[in-house]
Amino acid sequence: MRLIENIGKWLDARLQLGAAIRDTAEHPVPRETASWFYVFGSAAFVVFILQIVTGILLALIYVPSAGEAWNSLQALNHSVTLGWFIRAMHGWGSDFMVAIVLIHMVQVFLFGAYKFPRELTWVVGLFLLLLTLGMAFTGQVLRFDQDAYWGLGIGASIASRVPVLGPSIVRLMLGGPIIAGATLSRFFALHVFAIPGLLLAFVAVHLVLVLKLGINEWPMPGRVVRKATYVKEYHELIKKDGIPFVPGAVWKDIFFAAAILLAIAACAIYFGPFGPSGPPDPTIIQTVPRPDYFFLWLYAVLSLLPPSLETPALLIGPVVIILGLILLPFVFGEGEKSWRRRPIAVLTILLVAVAMGTLTRLAQNAPWSPVMDAWSEIPISPEFLHNRTALERQGALVFQLKQCHNCHSLDNQGGKRGPALDAVAVRLTPDQMIRQVIQGGGNMPSYGKNLSPAETTALVAFLETLHPAAQSPARDASRSLALDPDAVPPQSVASPSRHP
Amino acid sequence: MTLPGGLTRRDLFMKIGIGLNGIIAVILAVPVVRYLLSPISHGRKGGYDAWISLGDLKQFPSGQTRLATYRNPVVNPWDGYTADIACWVRNVDGKNFQVFAINCAHLGCPVRWFPQSSLFLCPCHGGVYYQDGSRASGPPERGLFEYKYRLETGQLLIQAGEMPTPGQPLRSNIVREIKPCA
Repeated sequence: MRLIENIGKWLDARLQLGAAIRDTAEHPVPRETASWFYVFGSAAFVVFILQIVTGILLALIYVPSAGEAWNSLQALNHSVTLGWFIRAMHGWGSDFMVAIVLIHMVQVFLFGAYKFPRELTWVVGLFLLLLTLGMAFTGQVLRFDQDAYWGLGIGASIASRVPVLGPSIVRLMLGGPIIAGATLSRFFALHVFAIPGLLLAFVAVHLVLVLKLGINEWPMPGRVVRKATYVKEYHELIKKDGIPFVPGAVWKDIFFAAAILLAIAACAIYFGPFGPSGPPDPTIIQTVPRPDYFFLWLYAVLSLLPPSLETPALLIGPVVIILGLILLPFVFGEGEKSWRRRPIAVLTILLVAVAMGTLTRLAQNAPWSPVMDAWSEIPISPEFLHNRTALERQGALVFQLKQCHNCHSLDNQGGKRGPALDAVAVRLTPDQMIRQVIQGGGNMPSYGKNLSPAETTALVAFLETLHPAAQSPARDASRSLALDPDAVPPQSVASPSRHP
Repeated sequence: MTLPGGLTRRDLFMKIGIGLNGIIAVILAVPVVRYLLSPISHGRKGGYDAWISLGDLKQFPSGQTRLATYRNPVVNPWDGYTADIACWVRNVDGKNFQVFAINCAHLGCPVRWFPQSSLFLCPCHGGVYYQDGSRASGPPERGLFEYKYRLETGQLLIQAGEMPTPGQPLRSNIVREIKPCA
C-alpha cells in the first residue's frame, strides 16, 4: 500500500495532474442533475470505449482485403476462440451506441440543454451523432458480405445523383470504377482511423464544454433563460444547492454504464454476431439486400417516395435537417427550458419517433418488395381451387407461372407490392380485369405481350372466383343491356342530338 | 532589436518561418490531393472502359435472355470475387442483342429475369422492367442500363468497366439515346 502511494506521489510530482483531476471530479453540479435522466452521455462514452477495445481486438484477426475479409470473418465466427463473442459485442455495441446517442439527444432537446450558453455543446454533439452514424455505416461495409456489397451500390447510386459532381463522388467513394478491393480499403481507413480520430477529438471538445459551462440544471417551468442573466443565475444555483460531481452524481452514471455493458454482453451471448451473410460475389444475384437496423427507416423512405421526389428529397432533405439542427440553439437560445412549457418540442419528438418507428416497422416487412420466389415456393391454398372448373384451375396455374403471386397475395401469402386479390372480383368486372392485365397501369406492368388470349381468359376466369362467399362479384350493369338483342335502347342515348 | 513598424527581429523570423511552412504545406498538398483524386482522374482519361468478351455466341440462344459474367477490365489481385460482374444478355432475334447491367436503375440492386412473365424484377424496392429493358413500374426513373456490344469471330463483346449509376449511366447508353434524335 505504501509503495503504491509512493509511486503515485512520485508520478504526480512530475505530471502534476492530480490537483486538476481532483478539481474536475469534484466540480459542483446542481443537486437535481444527479438524476437517472442525466446518465446517457456518460453511457455513450463508455460504449464508445467498448467499441474501441473490441474494434482493436477484431483488427487482430480481420483482413481488410476484398478477397479475404469475408473469410476472416468466418474464421472469427467459427475457429478463433471466442471470436464470435468479440464480433457480437462490437456489433451489438454499435446498435446500443446509436440508440444511446439518440436517447441522449432527445433528453438534451426536451430539457432545453441546447439553449444559451450551451449552443456549441449541442452543435458538437450533433457532429458526434453524424460521426456515430458514419461509424455504423462504414462498419456495416467492413462486414464485407452480400448486404455490404449491395449496400455500397445503393450508397453509390444515391451519391451519383448529386448534380454535376455525382459521378466523381461515386469514384471517390468506391476508390475506382467498381465496388472492389480499393472500396473496402478506404472504408477500413475511415472506420478505423479517420472517423474514430474525429470522434475522439469531438468527444474531448464536448466534455471540455460540459465542464466549462456546467451541466444543464434541471429545467423548472417558469425558470426562463435570458442571455443577460443566465450565467449569474447558474452560478448562484450551484453555490446555493450544488454537490460535487464525484461522488454525488457519478454513482448513477457508473451503475447505468454497468447495466448497459451487461445488456450488450447479454445480447451478444444470446443473439450472437451479425452475419456475415453470403460472400460478396456480385455474380450471386439470388440475394435480397437489406440495410442494418438503423438504416431501415431510410430504406422505407426510398421505397415509398414518388420517383420524381426521390432525388430532391435525398439530396436536400439531409442538408435541411442538419442545418435546422445546427440553427436550433441559435434561433431558440432563450426562453423556457421545461418540456412542460414546450408543447411543440414534445410534439416534434413524438412525431419523429412515431414516423421513424412506423417506417422501421414497414421496412421490416418491406411490402414494396416483390417476393421473388412466391411463384415457385408459395402454392395457392386449396380453398381457392376447390370446386373450380378446369378453365379456372388453368387460370390459377397462369397466376403462378406468370409470377403474379410475387406481387399479389392470396390468403395473406405472397407479395404485397400490388393489392391483395382475395376479393378482386368484388372490385373489378371481368372486362376491367382483362384491361388491367393486358395494359397494366397503376404501378403494374402490362402483360399484353406475355399472355396469350387463352391464358388471359383462363386467368380472368380464375380471378372472377375470388370473392367472399356472401358477396357477389362485380358486374357491368350496362353489359346485359348492350348484349341483349331484345332490349330497347334508352331514347336519350339513341338520340342523334347527343352525338354531334 | 526593433524594426520599423514595431516589429521585433524575433517576430519577423517567426512570421517568415510560418510563411515558409505554409508554402511547403501548399507544395506538399499538391501530390496528396492528386493521390486522393486519382480514382476520378483515372476515369476521366477513359481508363476504365474496355471491350470484354462474354463468351461464345452459342451460349445465348435466339429469343432468350441469359445471365453472363465477366472479369472487370480494371482489377487488382486482392479484389477477390468482387471483380466478377454479372449482366443480362438478351438475344433479340439471332442478329440483334441487348446487354443489360445487373444493377437496377433505381439504386443498383441486382435485378432478376423471369422468363415466364418476361420481366426483370428488383428485390430491393420493387422496380420492374420489360424484356427490352424499358421501365415497367416501380421507383426507377428510367430503363435498365445497357452496354454497347459488338459481335466478333463468334464472340459477344461488350464495352464495360465501370458500375453504372443513375448519375453516371453507361457511356454507350448515352450514344444510344442520342441516335434517334439525329
